[in-house]
Amino acid sequence: MALTLEQVKQIAYLARIGIGDEDAARYTHDLSSILDFVAQMDAVDTTDIEPMAHPLDLPQRLRPDEVTEENQREKFLAIAPAVENGLYLVPKVIE
Amino acid sequence: MHTKTLAELAQGLKRREFSSRELTQHFLDRIRRHDGTLNAFITVTPERALADADAADVALDRGEGGPLTGIPLAQKDIFCTDGIRTTCGSRMLDNFPPPYDATVVARLAQAGTVLLGKLNMDEFAMGSSNETSYYGPVRNPWNTDCVPGGSSGGSAAAVAAGLTPAATGTDTGGSIRQPAAFCGITGLKPTYGRVSRWGMIAFASSLDQGGPMARSAEDCAMLLQAMAGFDPKDSTSVDRPVPDYGAALDRDLRGIRIGLPEEYFADLDPAMAQVLEAAMAEYRRLGVEFKAVSLPNIGLSVPAYYVIAPSECSSNLARYDGVRYGYRCRDPRDLEDLYLRTRAEGFGAEVKRRILIGTYALSAGYYDAYYLKAQKIRRLIADDFRRAFQEVDALLGPTTPTPAFRLGEKTGDPIAMYLSDIYTIAVNLAGLPGMSVPAGFIDGRPVGMQLIGDYFAEDRLLNIAHRYQRETDWHRRLPPEFA
Repeated sequence: MALTLEQVKQIAYLARIGIGDEDAARYTHDLSSILDFVAQMDAVDTTDIEPMAHPLDLPQRLRPDEVTEENQREKFLAIAPAVENGLYLVPKVIE
Repeated sequence: MHTKTLAELAQGLKRREFSSRELTQHFLDRIRRHDGTLNAFITVTPERALADADAADVALDRGEGGPLTGIPLAQKDIFCTDGIRTTCGSRMLDNFPPPYDATVVARLAQAGTVLLGKLNMDEFAMGSSNETSYYGPVRNPWNTDCVPGGSSGGSAAAVAAGLTPAATGTDTGGSIRQPAAFCGITGLKPTYGRVSRWGMIAFASSLDQGGPMARSAEDCAMLLQAMAGFDPKDSTSVDRPVPDYGAALDRDLRGIRIGLPEEYFADLDPAMAQVLEAAMAEYRRLGVEFKAVSLPNIGLSVPAYYVIAPSECSSNLARYDGVRYGYRCRDPRDLEDLYLRTRAEGFGAEVKRRILIGTYALSAGYYDAYYLKAQKIRRLIADDFRRAFQEVDALLGPTTPTPAFRLGEKTGDPIAMYLSDIYTIAVNLAGLPGMSVPAGFIDGRPVGMQLIGDYFAEDRLLNIAHRYQRETDWHRRLPPEFA
């Protein structure tokens, strides 16, 4: 299935990956050939087959709603690209 | 010392024929001497290694410690190590010192092992040749013009060249088994849920599984014993007792039935077929019976995988936003620019390709045609295996279609690269355990035999591999340049 350049740009925007025109052309080619490849799946009739989301069909485990983690705020903030007064810094969002 | 197996090293340490410090220094020296050629390590941790070794020697002098106490090993750089840079082979995490240890790292440290460093890998484990790493390709010790396989290419090359006696790997579509085959070592991908994924940087969460890579099945058994087991921190970890893998190794194989999937042998390269014929002859001498089986839907495993894995990847990798840790672009204009450029600059081409495919497959209007369809095919593939295991105890086939290919040979063609995992991917879709065991050479390059087991039958797989390794010496061969 052939994607258009515009579709690829839109997908990249949804994934929040900036791509230039040259990259977009290359990805249009690559993604289209991957989609052609995976289209082999259409050869099999899968009506009434239950989708398998996970190798072990186990329910999610439950646990008591208790605090088990210690607070490591300083340690976590220490590896952030930009912090100030104990807060993560990002460009201004609200004018 | 670098030619010995873990069992032999453990015995030497226990008898105090050499200290853990001497052993560790030997491997650090070999890394310094050879890693310029191989590029298997992203980070070497000599100070940490010698400190670990000294602690192990104190215990060993007192006659304490377990079978792995004082044994040096290296971690794939996908496992978080507290305070030690963990890159996942990506620029995105070039400056990331995790604030905690992965469960696998903590368990192996608890067992007394020594950390030599962190091993090179394809970026976010997405690749089959180690060529997508931000830190450059790893070279195959058997032929340095060839790839070591991927994504655990650094792990396989380092073990094969004797830069570490053992390593950890992870396997999402063959990333332990394929590099193990290409580098002539033994690698085990456990049943999904057997080894905790906590602190193992996520690629495709329903497929990822960590496991051991070493010289022999016996060594893999020793490592798996320490790595496996329930972990409440991983919601997909299975709460089920861990058997004694070492005790199972020597079990008699008479009466064992091994299935030969027709689809694995149909278009097999004649040289590879010959290697497998020879391995089967060994097994027949050990009393194994072979039986043809069929896995009719297995031909769709690569297409289904390249919908499921990228879909999960696009979701998992959404967390890299340049805010809390990792790479951030310079001087973002606004928040959107911060996301767009951080992710454009921080991720490499293959990772972006997969994020884009996954984003598309999960987007409104396409979900049923791609993701749901792939999950249905996943069920058909898992059912194929389930039927086969009603008749046989294990399956045998090739690990890869060919021996290691040349650097650059497949980088221009994503699909050719994806197809190099054609024999390994179905095992991840089903969640089964699989191993690659050195079984011979083609044109001077090692190739592997793949053994696939039923759920949680790692003990049986290790047993089948170990009995073969008692009769053969493929796993003891060393690449001449690094002997």
